[in-house]
Amino acid sequence: MADRVVAVVGSGQAGFQVAASLHQEGFAGRVVLIGDEPVPPYQRPPLSKTYLAGEAGVDELWLRPSEFYAKQHIELVCGDAVTGIDRVERRLSLASGLQMSWDHLVFATGARYRPLRVPGSELDGVLPLRTLADANTLRQRLNEARDVVVVGAGFIGLEFASVAMARGANVHILEITHHPMGRVVSQTVARFFTEAHIRWGAEFSLGTGVARILGEGGRVAAVETTDGRRLSADLVLICIGVIPNTELAGAAGLPVDNGIVVDEHLVTSDPAIFAIGDCANFPTPFAGGRVRLESVQNAVDQGRCVAARLAGRPEPYEKVPWFWSDQGDLKLQIAGITVGHDQSVVRGEPASRSFSVFCYRAGRLIGVESVNRTSDHVAARRMLAGEPRLAPEQAADLDYDLRAHIRGSARH
Amino acid sequence: MPKVTYVHPDGAREVLDVPLGTSVMRAAVTNGLDGIVAECGGEMMCATCHVYVEADQLDRTPPQSDDEKAMLEFTASERKPNSRLSCQLVATPEFEGLVVYLPETQV
Repeated sequence: MADRVVAVVGSGQAGFQVAASLHQEGFAGRVVLIGDEPVPPYQRPPLSKTYLAGEAGVDELWLRPSEFYAKQHIELVCGDAVTGIDRVERRLSLASGLQMSWDHLVFATGARYRPLRVPGSELDGVLPLRTLADANTLRQRLNEARDVVVVGAGFIGLEFASVAMARGANVHILEITHHPMGRVVSQTVARFFTEAHIRWGAEFSLGTGVARILGEGGRVAAVETTDGRRLSADLVLICIGVIPNTELAGAAGLPVDNGIVVDEHLVTSDPAIFAIGDCANFPTPFAGGRVRLESVQNAVDQGRCVAARLAGRPEPYEKVPWFWSDQGDLKLQIAGITVGHDQSVVRGEPASRSFSVFCYRAGRLIGVESVNRTSDHVAARRMLAGEPRLAPEQAADLDYDLRAHIRGSARH
Repeated sequence: MPKVTYVHPDGAREVLDVPLGTSVMRAAVTNGLDGIVAECGGEMMCATCHVYVEADQLDRTPPQSDDEKAMLEFTASERKPNSRLSCQLVATPEFEGLVVYLPETQV
């Protein structure tokens, strides 16, 4: 077994984790971790938070020091892209011309930013935020930016907006739907964050898209909205979601449907090939079906799951999903997946800036969104890992002790 | 710059320089020390940078926030009175000579 080769395609959080966990789990073969960015694996969450704000330096982004990889016998390939995968011969080829054989292959290819296809989107100053290089450009541009337009009010857009405002820019946020972060949070939380951003000085145009972007001498000067307004801009952030990187898997003949399709063991239709992290579409009891998640938790836990399997300890993947977002002085923590809830109750008072929204589907707790309320978040993660048995009226009652409830459930 | 001693479960000791204003977690990650995972990068969303602070040195460390107390419920190894999340142990001059014990497991 000592000569088995695991090729990990993609060196983001998921790829890093599977490579790092393989040897910890006792895997004795070769591990090759291939990333197309010119730098070792780094954390992405700070790119729209502390790193963007200049509070954290680049040294704080590395997941491990560069010596770690050699010490752990991980062959790290930076700045080279996998261009083709041959499943019959079990080989892959790289843009540099190198080729290698593998016995197991892990897709951890992540996702890329979704471009906005409107006239003017190629102008200088119209930028994405996905990679360290993107963040470096934005960090510098924010030094001079006066008028910033943020297109898309998801986590990244709102985190960017709060940093841009703190750095003194005027910020206008455009969102095509009527609910910021609406793809992933309840209306209560969406409204709360919209109001917070307005208090911090942002302008919002909900239900509004971009008709075109106008420039002067090749540089962005304004954004024309779908309702015909013209907003001055010297910096435009495009953050309208991502596209999972599934092309290699598709070209290799593997099923793709909003991500690379895997089973509950994160195995594709080829038993030698896995997909994890942002690029994987997997079944989970927490979504009542299939889902593709973009989060650190998902990347890390799926990386560990595949590493354990390759080391001979297969377990289905069934971790409770969790997410967080920092915006200004507000911390949003989500346990479970609240999309698709048909009932929600609020614990605490939004006006107090510390509250949670407990989301139910068909009478069962499916997820909890907490704002500045870590104790609820912790309780939610513990409850969701088992059978929550928490009635909506109990959740809404501040005098009802959630920790006692968990201890009580454990005895049943 | 304060020197902090990290004691592995097998008793092995490693001494790292922890710059003022840097956390005991960050210094461990930057130096590639085994035994601190720091999955969330110091956001207090996980409990994989758990350490036990030498009991008679606890008063040299900053007080625990409610968030840290809540998150300590997730430690993979036993939570003890001297359990801390090392991302919250941001070095001050009083950290000179601090000793932290690494738990058996972080996950």
